Amino acid sequence: MVLMNMVTPPPDLAAITALQSKLVSALRPILPEYALLWEPEDTIPYECDGLAAYRRMPLAVALPETEEQVAQILKICFEMQIPVVPRGSGTGLSGGAMPISQGLVLSLAKLKKILSIDPFTRTAVVQPGVRNLAISEAVAHLGLYYAPDPSSQIACSIGGNVNENSGGVHCLKYGLTLHNVLRVRGILMNGEIVEFGSLAPDSPGLDLLAIVMGSEGMLAVVTEVTVKLVAKPKLARVIMASFDDIEKGGNAVAAIIAAGIIPAGLEMMDKATTRAVEEFVHAGYDLDATAILLCESDGTPEEVAEEIERMTKVLEESGASGIQISKDESERLKFWSGRKNAFPAAGRLAPDYYCMDGTIPRRHIATLLKRIAGMEEKYGLGCLNVFHAGDGNMHPLILFNGADQDEWHRAEEFGTEILEACVELGGTITGEHGVGIEKINSMCVQFGEGERESFWGVKSAFDPEKLLNPDKAIPTLNRCAEYGRMRISGGKLPHPELERF
Amino acid sequence: MTASNQTGNAIIDAFREQVLNAAKNGTKLSIEGGATKSWYGNPNSFTKLDTRSYSGILEYQPEELVITACAGTPLREIEAVLKEKNQMLAFEPPHFGEQATFGGAIAAGLAGPGRISVGNFRDFVLGARILDGKGQDLAFGGKVMKNVAGYDVSRLLPGSMGTLSLLLEASVKVLPRPAATATLRCQISQENALRVLNEWAGQPLPLSASCWIGSSTGDGELSIRLAGAAAAVKAALPLISSLVMASEVDPHTAEIFWNDLREQQLSAFGKLSGDQTLYRLALPAACGKITIPNAVDELILEWHGQQRWIKAPGDEATFTAIKNIASSHGGHATRFKQGANLDPAFQRFTLLTEQAHSKALETVQERLRSAFDPAGVFATKRLP
Repeated sequence: MVLMNMVTPPPDLAAITALQSKLVSALRPILPEYALLWEPEDTIPYECDGLAAYRRMPLAVALPETEEQVAQILKICFEMQIPVVPRGSGTGLSGGAMPISQGLVLSLAKLKKILSIDPFTRTAVVQPGVRNLAISEAVAHLGLYYAPDPSSQIACSIGGNVNENSGGVHCLKYGLTLHNVLRVRGILMNGEIVEFGSLAPDSPGLDLLAIVMGSEGMLAVVTEVTVKLVAKPKLARVIMASFDDIEKGGNAVAAIIAAGIIPAGLEMMDKATTRAVEEFVHAGYDLDATAILLCESDGTPEEVAEEIERMTKVLEESGASGIQISKDESERLKFWSGRKNAFPAAGRLAPDYYCMDGTIPRRHIATLLKRIAGMEEKYGLGCLNVFHAGDGNMHPLILFNGADQDEWHRAEEFGTEILEACVELGGTITGEHGVGIEKINSMCVQFGEGERESFWGVKSAFDPEKLLNPDKAIPTLNRCAEYGRMRISGGKLPHPELERF
Repeated sequence: MTASNQTGNAIIDAFREQVLNAAKNGTKLSIEGGATKSWYGNPNSFTKLDTRSYSGILEYQPEELVITACAGTPLREIEAVLKEKNQMLAFEPPHFGEQATFGGAIAAGLAGPGRISVGNFRDFVLGARILDGKGQDLAFGGKVMKNVAGYDVSRLLPGSMGTLSLLLEASVKVLPRPAATATLRCQISQENALRVLNEWAGQPLPLSASCWIGSSTGDGELSIRLAGAAAAVKAALPLISSLVMASEVDPHTAEIFWNDLREQQLSAFGKLSGDQTLYRLALPAACGKITIPNAVDELILEWHGQQRWIKAPGDEATFTAIKNIASSHGGHATRFKQGANLDPAFQRFTLLTEQAHSKALETVQERLRSAFDPAGVFATKRLP
């Protein structure tokens, strides 16, 4: 993919090397040799996260194995005033774990023990590096699972989920990470160990757990998470409905919710996506449909039967041109297979794709899809639309060729225009992927100066020296001023050949 | 229903003037809605800022599952509008009086019987518009279910008791009313009640709320509310009835019971004598039966035992003992309501500094408050 030019001033190589050796010698006494990397061939895998277009090499990478080591590392960096970028599995899609040139990458991947499971209280205590899916696997024999299921759940870590407040296909009914975590143990930048939330239904003082959720590694380093486990539904069935019109599909989503039903999952794919995935998974999708809606019900067999009947009726009334209901588990998985494989299918259509994450009120789904169709023409790039329709969380996949610098710039501009449309329609620039480094300019569009100043106030309350992942999520005043100037000419970059920021 | 924009702006300008004056004069403001919960939290005698002039539902579209309203809107107005569309505030915030406002309910952050199955007030807050201590009109979060742009400032407001900023408007997620509801009742010991409730909560049963009222040493009466799809409730009824020999309560009586529990109108809450305090204990699910010295024998357990109401003497020694018991189980205690003869200056809450792993958060919390309110206009200590 493409190398991005970021804010970094021209690095003084000698100064960086000196800082690096100072940092490495300070960390050496507390970490085993294999847990501290600084040679470029060892640190290169850490130069980016799941958003590979944004890369940067760090001074060093630390891979602690205990909470005590994490605390010591933070204390040392705090004393040396070296910025720290926490990192989980590196699957994030917004560059939230992109290194800082003169900073340390703190990988929590080796803290991967499930510390305890308590079926009676339906909770598990896990270290941050535990994979999301590993929790559900570890408690499956108890008839329990951990509900939030981001698409990357096979690889993404719970620590990363806390920092992004990750959602997933089922969060309409079961909530986000925020709703499924009771307690987070973490370390402040100055090395102090603290606990946010508790196993009790509430805690003294302000609800600091709420603000740590989704804070993109900028407030505290997570070392332990107590998650809520829920009873595994006895049965799940999915309805696959076709629509010959995007508007009808969008309205059907609203109609289901208005009928008082909260489906376990409510996902939509447009025609381009359906065609791309069908070629990939052969699930028997209706290739003539303009939109396909997947509508899942889970619970007891009685409950599911009742809900499927009600949803079918609403879908029919909304003008569905075809309805199929999964007969058994294998058919249910088949219906879902296309949705789950949208990303790899996009990868077959173009060398690169750029995944957006805006959220809009449900009633504007059709409006946004039509606007995106217009943007495809404008930027000369294709776009697949596959998204969490139930909560209005859109994931347009912009197709481009990263080897072509101009295509990447157009893809970026395309993405920015989609996000601005989301804000205009009363939504937000990111539903679940986070702002990271990627959408930091769009934060200037969504929030005014006062709000951004307050965000810095929140940041400083936890980390007054601004050392913890400081270049992510919240743009500086200068950055927004610069961005404002750059966008004056109607989305056309004045000097595309120049380094940006 | 809605104040016109012009009136709305004029009201906000008046609020701003009050805030800026207080900041200039170094005084504080005690935010108040319908004053139905004025007894809750640490008392103060600062000038009131009355939110009730800023009232009205700003946006409500049932298919979006979100309602946006001004802080001064009567809570019952919001609930009535939702009920018309067969929706509700699923965490059932208590009113504690006819005049309760939306903003007051958020500031108190309290939740009713449904909290154990659906979550807390903060779980439902999607966005907020506030006036900070500098008089800045700020908006955080939004009106959509999923939003991770910027820190989630709006979720800090529930339970902040007006000590962070002035809430102007909030967007809150709503849910459809359950298709079916049923209530079961049985006689059972406290230990057994705690056991079965936790066991059921780990199974795919439509368990919506619970309440055990009884003697700290003996038996009590357990009420169980089931809610969800009609088929699910119908299937769970005989199962649970047979496990604890429970019988179904008629729907009308049941509705009154859950509402009285939510509003603390049940006889078990009774009247407080001058020296008594009603303590609220928030405890982990693992906490079994606990004994509070000198407490009134009858106690109330909600949220499968995670919220317990105990009447006991209101002196400092008793509160300290109760706080220690709660903390030793991983929870905390509050002087929820205290008798007339007791010193109003008594601290009502457990402090961050009193719990081992939250000590360092005291500084964070103070810095956080001063970021929003550098002059301390809202620093009433109503919530320490």
